[in-house]
Amino acid sequence: MVRPIRVLVAKPGLDGHDRGAKIIARALRDSGMEVIYTGLRQTPEQIVAAAVQEDVDVVAMSILSGAHNHLFPKVVNLLKAEGVDDVLIIGGGVIPKEDIPFLMESGVEAVFTPGTPTKDVVDYIYNNLKR
Amino acid sequence: MEKNFDGYEEIDKSYNNWENNKVEKIKLRFPERKEKFTTSSDIEVKGLYTPLDAKDLNYVEDLGFPGEYPFTRGVQPTMYRGRLWTMRQYAGFATAEESNQRYKYLLEQGQTGLSVAFDLPTQIGYDSDHGLAEGEVGKVGVAIDSLRDMEILFDGIPLDKVSTSMTINAPAGILLAMYIAVAEKQGVSSDRLRGTIQNDILKEYIARGTYIFPPEASMRLITNIFEYCSKEVPQWNTISISGYHIREAGATAVQEVAFTLADGIAYVEAAIKAGLNVDDFAPRLSFFFNAHNDLFEEIAKFRAARRLWAKIMKNRFKAKNEKSMQLKFHTQTAGSTLTAQQPDNNIIRVTIQTLAAVLGGTQSLHTNSRDEALALPTEDSVRIALRTQQIVGYESGVTETVDPLAGSYYIESLTDKIEEEAYELIKKIDELGGAPKAIEKGYIQKEIQSSAYKYQMEIESMEKIVVGVNKFRIEEDAKSDILRVDADVEKIQKEKLKALKLNRNNEDVKTALNILEKKAQTDENLMPYILNAVKKYATLGEICNILRKVFGEYEQTVIL
Repeated sequence: MVRPIRVLVAKPGLDGHDRGAKIIARALRDSGMEVIYTGLRQTPEQIVAAAVQEDVDVVAMSILSGAHNHLFPKVVNLLKAEGVDDVLIIGGGVIPKEDIPFLMESGVEAVFTPGTPTKDVVDYIYNNLKR
Repeated sequence: MEKNFDGYEEIDKSYNNWENNKVEKIKLRFPERKEKFTTSSDIEVKGLYTPLDAKDLNYVEDLGFPGEYPFTRGVQPTMYRGRLWTMRQYAGFATAEESNQRYKYLLEQGQTGLSVAFDLPTQIGYDSDHGLAEGEVGKVGVAIDSLRDMEILFDGIPLDKVSTSMTINAPAGILLAMYIAVAEKQGVSSDRLRGTIQNDILKEYIARGTYIFPPEASMRLITNIFEYCSKEVPQWNTISISGYHIREAGATAVQEVAFTLADGIAYVEAAIKAGLNVDDFAPRLSFFFNAHNDLFEEIAKFRAARRLWAKIMKNRFKAKNEKSMQLKFHTQTAGSTLTAQQPDNNIIRVTIQTLAAVLGGTQSLHTNSRDEALALPTEDSVRIALRTQQIVGYESGVTETVDPLAGSYYIESLTDKIEEEAYELIKKIDELGGAPKAIEKGYIQKEIQSSAYKYQMEIESMEKIVVGVNKFRIEEDAKSDILRVDADVEKIQKEKLKALKLNRNNEDVKTALNILEKKAQTDENLMPYILNAVKKYATLGEICNILRKVFGEYEQTVIL
């Protein structure tokens, strides 16, 4: 039997806006993936520990507080430091378009902004898995 | 009340006639756009409303007169004929210096009250040099670490002249204490201060996320504030019971009313349990609602909330003072309806939402800026948002008479329906043991999440149209004029903190914190001890850490 895709949906930082994260979590689950949701206020270290422990294929982070340029790259780097290089890292939230090139250079592979249909995220994950 | 059945029978007859002949016929040639029309709360909307839909309405009992029980038509007798609502833009970012500039700008532009946005570390009780504050300092609001920052924030703003609303919850008592201390330095005594602290922890557990302490300790801090203010800061609104964030998290209009009033009931019960007399604190309770796009449902929502709260206070809590029964509220337009696509379209959405709030009888209003789905608003965008209120207030004419939509068959029928359905939900929460228990069990969160998911699916299936998002789209470039918070803010705040700790009397701080720690373990009101620590320039983080030590921290139940 094929193992279902495992996704960690994470809320890094102090931001409490979790409507989007929860909708994404549910949409991914409805599409057949296994979803672990961290809950609020996770440090990058906690997120990376959860990703490793749960052996996930995807880390999907959501930030609406403006701290994305700081926190997203931190998670990417910590994952690398753990020797994890086959996890797909994506992000979303209130993120100005101008910031997206920087985030992608930092190793976030896709950034989804407000108005994105959940189906686009599902399709993206299916098409871009690294393992 | 005696009902005039003669008229209704005739209307009923001609209504059926009209429906069977005219409507059915035209529908054969031109079918309606949808099989079923509904509001956001899934209340079915008929094609036409007639006196038949309002025939059970008892004018005096159900509507009454503005300024009189049950306050359906408004809390003041003359409403906007006397004075327009308070135009209050929520603002704050970066350092106290920069936010102080923005406040002065807004006051110059004709804004009539201040509304302070704090950054997340401040809201969660961390100083700017805390590890968890990294990347968040000054981002969604102003960073306040101590009384020193607060002095700068209100520099040159006379606190006896403006009213100030502060969006602060878990550490509300500390920020209020800082405000009182700044006023004292300006020579303004606390009994002359007007404003509001949000101070609504239950909705933080439900929807907003800036909790610190567990429910019991949090409720104690809240009732401490009620009691302290009833004596020392009598003009202060001690809580703003908020449906806003519950709606933003995805609740329907009915759920917004129900969950907010259920939280309100929990606060009243806690205060009564703490020994307070209902009429001593209830007049200072205020509410905070969302204004969404569904214009008529929103107007009906505000009217229903007023009537329902009045009944709850009178019948359930036996309030005697009419002021205890008045649901006064602030409104903010719905951030979740703003689109990142074609952001200028948001100006129109905000206009509709402004109308909803005003026609619903709000006491104050924040209008969102067009660019808030992208970042914090620029000064230009904030001005347009404020101008939107001013145009509705001064040009539209909707302010000239009180509750102008009363008597509309549709509005009255919707008002009844929302009240009825919200009341059912409140009963359900009562059965679960009240709002705190319903939150603990995840009931409220689950209800909101399923509404949010349903809404999202309706957009994706094109059942609901959002202009610019799932229809009428265009290719767009990245918007370049967005507000950015300087990354140096964190560094500046850290340096200010360092300097503060070098220059204050650290022995005094230690003593004040020790007393607070001891008192926190008793049943005494903590406000005087918090005020004392604040005046000694103890930092927000230091004070919260003492309370964390005594009370512990809240652990979120993750509901999915």
